[in-house]
Amino acid sequence: MTTPATEDDDGTDVGSSAAGKVLAEGARLCLTYVKRCKAIFSIAVLGAAIYGVLLVVGTEVIGYATDEILIPTFDSDAERGSLGWLVAALIGISVLRSSGVVMRRYFGAMTTERNNKHLRRALGETYLDQSITDLKARPTGELLAHADTDVEVSTMLLQPLPFTLGMFVLAAAASISLLSIDIWLLGVASLVFPATWLANRIFTQKVIAPASKVRKAVGDVTAVVHESLDGALVVKTLGREADEVQRLTESADRLRRTRTQIGRLRATFEPTLDTLPSLGMVAVLAIGAWRISDGNVTTGQVIQAMILFQQLAFPIRIIGFFLEENAMSVVAARRLKKAFKVSAPLAAAGTETLDKGPLIIEFNNVTYGYGNQTVLKDCSFQIDKGEIVALVGETGSGKTTIAQLLFGLIEPHRGSIKIGNYQLPEINSEILREHISLVSQETFLFADDLKQNVKLYRQIDNSEVDKHAKTAQADFVNEMPGRWETLVGERGVTLSGGQRQRIAITRALVGDPGFLMLDDSTSAIDPILEGEILEALRKNLSTTTLVVAHRLSTIKLAKRVLFLHQGSIVASGSHEELLKNSDYADLVKAYERDSK
Amino acid sequence: MTSEADDLSERDRPSQSAFEILRKGISTTPKLKKGLALTALAAVLSACGQLAIPILIRVAIDRGLQPGQQPRPAFVAISCLITACIIILVFVLSRLTFLRLVEMTEGTLFDLRIKAFEHVHRLSIAEHNRSRLGTTVARVTSDVEQLAKFFEWGGMSWIINGTLLIGIVIVMAAVSWQLTIVALLAFLPVLPLVKWIQKRQLAAYSMLRTRVGETFGEFSEAISGGQTIRLYGLQKNAKKKLFNAIEIQYKARMKAVRFFAVLFTLGDVFGAVALSSIAVAAVTQQQTWDLELGQVLAFVFLVTLMTGPIGHLSEILDQTQIALAGWEKILNLLEIPIEIFEPSNGTILQAGPVSVQATSLCFAYGNGDTVLKDINVSIPAGIKVAVVGETGSGKTTFAKLLVRLADPSSGSLKLNNVEMQNVDAQSRRGAARMVPQDGFLFNTDVQTNILYGKPSATEAEVIASVRSLGLEEWVGLLPDGLKTQVGERGESLSVGERQVVALIRAQLADPGLLILDEATSSVDPRTEKALTGALYRLAEGRTTISIAHRLSTAENADLILVFDGGKLVEQGSHTELLGMKKKYANLHASWVGNTRLDR
Repeated sequence: MTTPATEDDDGTDVGSSAAGKVLAEGARLCLTYVKRCKAIFSIAVLGAAIYGVLLVVGTEVIGYATDEILIPTFDSDAERGSLGWLVAALIGISVLRSSGVVMRRYFGAMTTERNNKHLRRALGETYLDQSITDLKARPTGELLAHADTDVEVSTMLLQPLPFTLGMFVLAAAASISLLSIDIWLLGVASLVFPATWLANRIFTQKVIAPASKVRKAVGDVTAVVHESLDGALVVKTLGREADEVQRLTESADRLRRTRTQIGRLRATFEPTLDTLPSLGMVAVLAIGAWRISDGNVTTGQVIQAMILFQQLAFPIRIIGFFLEENAMSVVAARRLKKAFKVSAPLAAAGTETLDKGPLIIEFNNVTYGYGNQTVLKDCSFQIDKGEIVALVGETGSGKTTIAQLLFGLIEPHRGSIKIGNYQLPEINSEILREHISLVSQETFLFADDLKQNVKLYRQIDNSEVDKHAKTAQADFVNEMPGRWETLVGERGVTLSGGQRQRIAITRALVGDPGFLMLDDSTSAIDPILEGEILEALRKNLSTTTLVVAHRLSTIKLAKRVLFLHQGSIVASGSHEELLKNSDYADLVKAYERDSK
Repeated sequence: MTSEADDLSERDRPSQSAFEILRKGISTTPKLKKGLALTALAAVLSACGQLAIPILIRVAIDRGLQPGQQPRPAFVAISCLITACIIILVFVLSRLTFLRLVEMTEGTLFDLRIKAFEHVHRLSIAEHNRSRLGTTVARVTSDVEQLAKFFEWGGMSWIINGTLLIGIVIVMAAVSWQLTIVALLAFLPVLPLVKWIQKRQLAAYSMLRTRVGETFGEFSEAISGGQTIRLYGLQKNAKKKLFNAIEIQYKARMKAVRFFAVLFTLGDVFGAVALSSIAVAAVTQQQTWDLELGQVLAFVFLVTLMTGPIGHLSEILDQTQIALAGWEKILNLLEIPIEIFEPSNGTILQAGPVSVQATSLCFAYGNGDTVLKDINVSIPAGIKVAVVGETGSGKTTFAKLLVRLADPSSGSLKLNNVEMQNVDAQSRRGAARMVPQDGFLFNTDVQTNILYGKPSATEAEVIASVRSLGLEEWVGLLPDGLKTQVGERGESLSVGERQVVALIRAQLADPGLLILDEATSSVDPRTEKALTGALYRLAEGRTTISIAHRLSTAENADLILVFDGGKLVEQGSHTELLGMKKKYANLHASWVGNTRLDR
């Protein structure tokens, strides 16, 4: 059963905007990611540091080339340095510097991608391990968006991180050199840092709310697209194409508007980051000229300061870029954190095993509800070994909940369930799956061939498949051109509903379960076939069977009927005996009248 | 297991060059070009300003603060002032460019997304069934997101860094054309190398986008198949498959990253080669080319200036390739031909019951599998028709042709004597409705799902439809009545309940021809009662064609069509067909035999 999708909390709690908090969160995020691949990340940082150092060395070499080679060339008196050495030095440094970049880019990307991989796997595990109720609480499309863009954006801050760290080394070295020249010049330079910082704070504060809206909007767009294409047939038969386009237009437009909002902020922030160092450079030059005319510094010192400052401009830009990504990543990571949250983890699996052969099933005062709504109340019944029992009840009486409880998809709030000789939680879950089978009204086929869909990775002979296919009237497969190797589309769309259900029944029979439950699983099969299937089941199997029955023919195939009314089993016995119960009689009569 | 055919955008497609993708991309979204001239102008001006800043500073130092000469503070001050003004101007221009690009980008992506989505919905159901849902979703979502990342700053970076490079070369040429030629010759080998890398990089990213689509497919299956996976304890295998897809995607990504890592090296190393060549040329050719020291120093400075934009471009080239790869996938999707073309000036069908005429009607799939052979039938308006036959007899295909989910391969199919292909799409959808067996509902409440049958209807009309089908009691028993949430795909409701909702939807739409793929032989009594009653009333005043699974449906029909092996083998009333003692009689006998169990 599905819990209706709740409205997303419009990003208010994922959009907390205190800039300091966002930065701290980003730092923690970096730490978590880096810890996952320390060595690789270190190589990336080393590459960035090599690049930074060689950038300075390269400048020195050019200075040498100017002073020792080019100027002497034009001044015949001076002695010229070796041209060969210069060429070797220039190209050598460049090769080394480039390898620094290769290291940073390749291993930096590896750090990011390994984290993406890790997050995707973790999400996959969450989706597969959490309870079905948790899984169905959000639209599939939104879960897809988490695994795609949310993951990617949450690790985006890793890309500029090695460079940023490497640049801190460069910035520190340049600052110390500046200090040795003139305190005034350092003063100008150090003004650029807080200015960049301030710009970032303002940007972060403003961007965090729209950024979380963007993440939500991407999730919504994916959800609309997924649902709409999932229901493509209905969309076509209703002629709803234009309305569906309109529906996407609305959510895509929300995405467009919030992203434009962020774009506007960036349109101011990014040029500011470029402008601040340039302005600083001009300030150094102007103040330098003034300091020279006062005789406090020499021209050479000012030129050196300029070069140092130029080298500083680059790291400032990189750090600014990092801070910008930080805000986006933090927002995406907050969303992921919510996706990882599991509301009620299922209890740890037991260790007991079950014997082959028919199983006893027992419900003792089981109570279960969704939210405030009680579905099952003190529900008790027992099914003996090899018994075929029909479960009858109105829609909403709790039949599907019984199925979900029996198969451990959900756990009872009160009461206990016994399968074979053990309480359900005591049984090893893998063993349990081998011994019990449920065919639910939703038949899901995987995008694979029919044989794999029946075998589901279990070690099963083809003859076994054939045998059970005959029982489930699924031997129609043998008349298909590809037989059991026929590929079925996603959800088995290339088969008819009835064919899908017959494949699903075959799948459940394979492996000879000790307990079989058919929950409204023949709804698309015509009555003739349904009767034949049930008759074959009765003849060929010694399995304990519980059939959710809607047809008199089905009910009569069972020796005993359980009548589920308002959340509990109110009557049990043969069809004739149960007719004494007026609710049961009404329900069955309602059917009898219409089938005539 | 994921074959190429699962991906709509991949079928029979040779990979395209970056240029082709760009050309097609721009022609697909004309908005890209709108106002581009002014944006480009602002970007070019901004780049000119950015180029002027270091040159001005350099001039201020050279002319104002020459070592050994008297400093000229006034000259420096004025230079600084001018530079500061240009910096501010560059800020304003960059901001303007950025703003314009943001508007254009978001507008373009919005259009592209909608266009792709619209196109997918126009593709035939067969096309949908052949592809993997998750992968198609990736095209409309993930691939468009990749484009967004690039357009936002990639486009601007191309213009600005491109202009900077060209500007630097122009200034170089003004300083010394001979040295410029030397520098350019040194850079020449880069071009074929970049081209070589670029092609491989694009292929690598294209592969990555395919892999992303596959991961989407696996995730989608792991989520949609959640219940089955849990029931059979398939988590381990599902994880293995999913992790495998994630791993393959990771490897594809890392392969593409290699090219990205190497690209910068090219620019840097050849920059050093250029610098070395200039030094050598300056030393050896000083006399012949009549070079001055100032020229050479300026030149060295200009070459170092080039490293900035070259580094940027290597970064952007990477982003561009990612975007192009995604773009290509979307464009391929848009190129899948639409099989069903709606007439532009189609005939409007008259209100009221619709008649159907089929003459020599045949249908075969693209691969040649014939499903329907030479069907001839005339169905008068207002009657009840039951279509019977075994699975695979062609009855479902016949129903699909009636609502134009596919077109016949030969022969003619007419509604009210108007050839199906000539009927106005809107009119056809209003007049002929199909209620599919698989009752997919949208994840909202019952009422909204009903309203999807006729979006213009009011709540009162919905209630009236419910009443006219005698379903008030049924609705009343739903937890929240018409406001009951149905869950994803409608899975909170039973199959039978979903079909009841579909029937109310059909009643609201009030079509003249109702095609009903009867869902259930087995629903709970209350729903069964609701269904039969509703079906009976729904049929009043229109032509109904039911794919019958129920004996009563066939017995009560005015006309029964019996399909067998793609042919219409028998047609007539119940008594006529029984009298023929052929296919229908046999079917009926076994039907009755089974039903007798009920009594």
